[in-house]
Amino acid sequence: MEIDPFIFRLSIFILSIFVGYYVVWSVTPSLHTPLMSVTNAISSVIIVGAIIAALSSNDEVIFSSSSIYGYLAIVLAAVNIFGGFLVTQRMLAMYKKKKKKDK
Amino acid sequence: MSANLSAILYLISGVLFILALRGLSSPETSRRGNLFGIIGMVIAVTVTFLSVGNFTSGFIYVLIFLAIGGSIGAFIAYKIPMTAMPELVAGFHSLVGLAAVFVAISAFVNPQAFGLGIPGNIKLASLIEMAIGAAVGAITFSGSVIAFLKLQGVMSGAPITFKGQHLLNALILVSIIVLTFYLCSNQSANLFWILIIISFLIGFLIIIPIGGADMPVVISMLNSYSGWAAAGIGFTLENTALIITGALVGSSGAILSYIMCKGMNRSFFNVILGGFGATEQSGADNNKEQRPVKSGNADDAAFLMKNASSVIIVPGYGMAVAQAQHALREMVDTLKKNDIKVSYAIHPVAGRMPGHMNVLLAEANVPYDEVFELEEINSDFANADVAFVIGANDVTNPIAKTDPQSPIYGMPVLDVEKCKSVLFVKRSLSPGYAGIDNDLFYKENTLMLFADAKKMTEDITKNL
Repeated sequence: MEIDPFIFRLSIFILSIFVGYYVVWSVTPSLHTPLMSVTNAISSVIIVGAIIAALSSNDEVIFSSSSIYGYLAIVLAAVNIFGGFLVTQRMLAMYKKKKKKDK
Repeated sequence: MSANLSAILYLISGVLFILALRGLSSPETSRRGNLFGIIGMVIAVTVTFLSVGNFTSGFIYVLIFLAIGGSIGAFIAYKIPMTAMPELVAGFHSLVGLAAVFVAISAFVNPQAFGLGIPGNIKLASLIEMAIGAAVGAITFSGSVIAFLKLQGVMSGAPITFKGQHLLNALILVSIIVLTFYLCSNQSANLFWILIIISFLIGFLIIIPIGGADMPVVISMLNSYSGWAAAGIGFTLENTALIITGALVGSSGAILSYIMCKGMNRSFFNVILGGFGATEQSGADNNKEQRPVKSGNADDAAFLMKNASSVIIVPGYGMAVAQAQHALREMVDTLKKNDIKVSYAIHPVAGRMPGHMNVLLAEANVPYDEVFELEEINSDFANADVAFVIGANDVTNPIAKTDPQSPIYGMPVLDVEKCKSVLFVKRSLSPGYAGIDNDLFYKENTLMLFADAKKMTEDITKNL
């Protein structure tokens, strides 16, 4: 009997939860704020769905009832991707070790 | 591009996202981790373009909208002050939530584009996933908007409660499940819209009863929700990158909520059911006799610190409000010039989001190896000469260790009272968020400094 592809995706999902669990516990508490901003940025990979939705109407109609939601989602996700990664970068650049600025 | 190749590339970007989080295990590797995350995102977006392969005028619009959103995001990222980070994160969560809702709507209206069947006859599994993605996305959106407004101060941080609140919430949650069930049987568009609307409503209702100081839990929880919403959409789109990311973000937010709850010794449900501080004040009000406190000025504080050999600084939300982190660093620089050992002690729930204080101190150029977590530094208080509490309150209250009647009993606190002397910068004697008096104010060795945190710190520096 063939296995439903859904089961494969479910397996990936469950295993990823475990990977996430162990990876996140190893994050140092002082970086919890950057952790939140970077998870924010990567969860915006939902833009993949937004792009598919936006490009779904291939005829002359560019803004169909479904693609318009795609375009809106692209804007939202793009704000998040750029904003999230850049603000994380900005924060991480501030974490310095001793001796660098000690007079 | 073949479906197999794109699936593999999506998997690679998922792995890069894992490495991005992995990098955060230490500040040295974190910047490289962030780079991995960016590469992962670029791969995912490029693969999507190639696999859709539709480079007509619609594609131009996609790039335009991408650029619009991107520049808004970049602008915000460069302009935002570090003290506003909790608001920013809450705001970003709301965007992920809303984007998930939009994608779900689009997939419902035009399922052919996603290969999910035709309108009115969408594959059952896809429909369930879609409904979950849309509902969780909508909850994330409205919940984050409320959290944002509360953090921004537009909306009062005080819990908003009313009679029958929990019952109403429970009814709405049940109706979401019932609606999803009916949606699957008759595929009605109206039901789908109603489902989304009541999900918006429940997100709103869940967050309004939660007070300002519980925000660390709320933000982490919404972080988790945004992940689950993404995962739900990932199942709908059969996209590995989205599924992996959703699971990572979901579990990350859940762990952070757990850590925050533990930092307050409260259960998750206790926080979510809300109304803390508003209902439990009865015990504290009875014994309101005036107890003597010793108050001092910047001169006294400077004198105490000058004669100390080690100082521990305990920052809290008040420091963020007063934007005192730079002034604090200057004070510490002066202390160090006098060969005084200085370290910082951070309570897990100090501030309004996980790691809030660490970011502020980093912004003020405080080296991260001088900043310690509660467990690392708590035993050092007994050997330190001066504890300088700036903008923190409940997290230093010794009553959490001594009085089983107290609402914060059992909460891990910093052992500030064990220091030889304690300097407490605070505007007034008013109790903290938990609505209870802090015994520390009245201790023999405590000197209260009634002033704005920033101004007081600057004055002390002048007097050193």
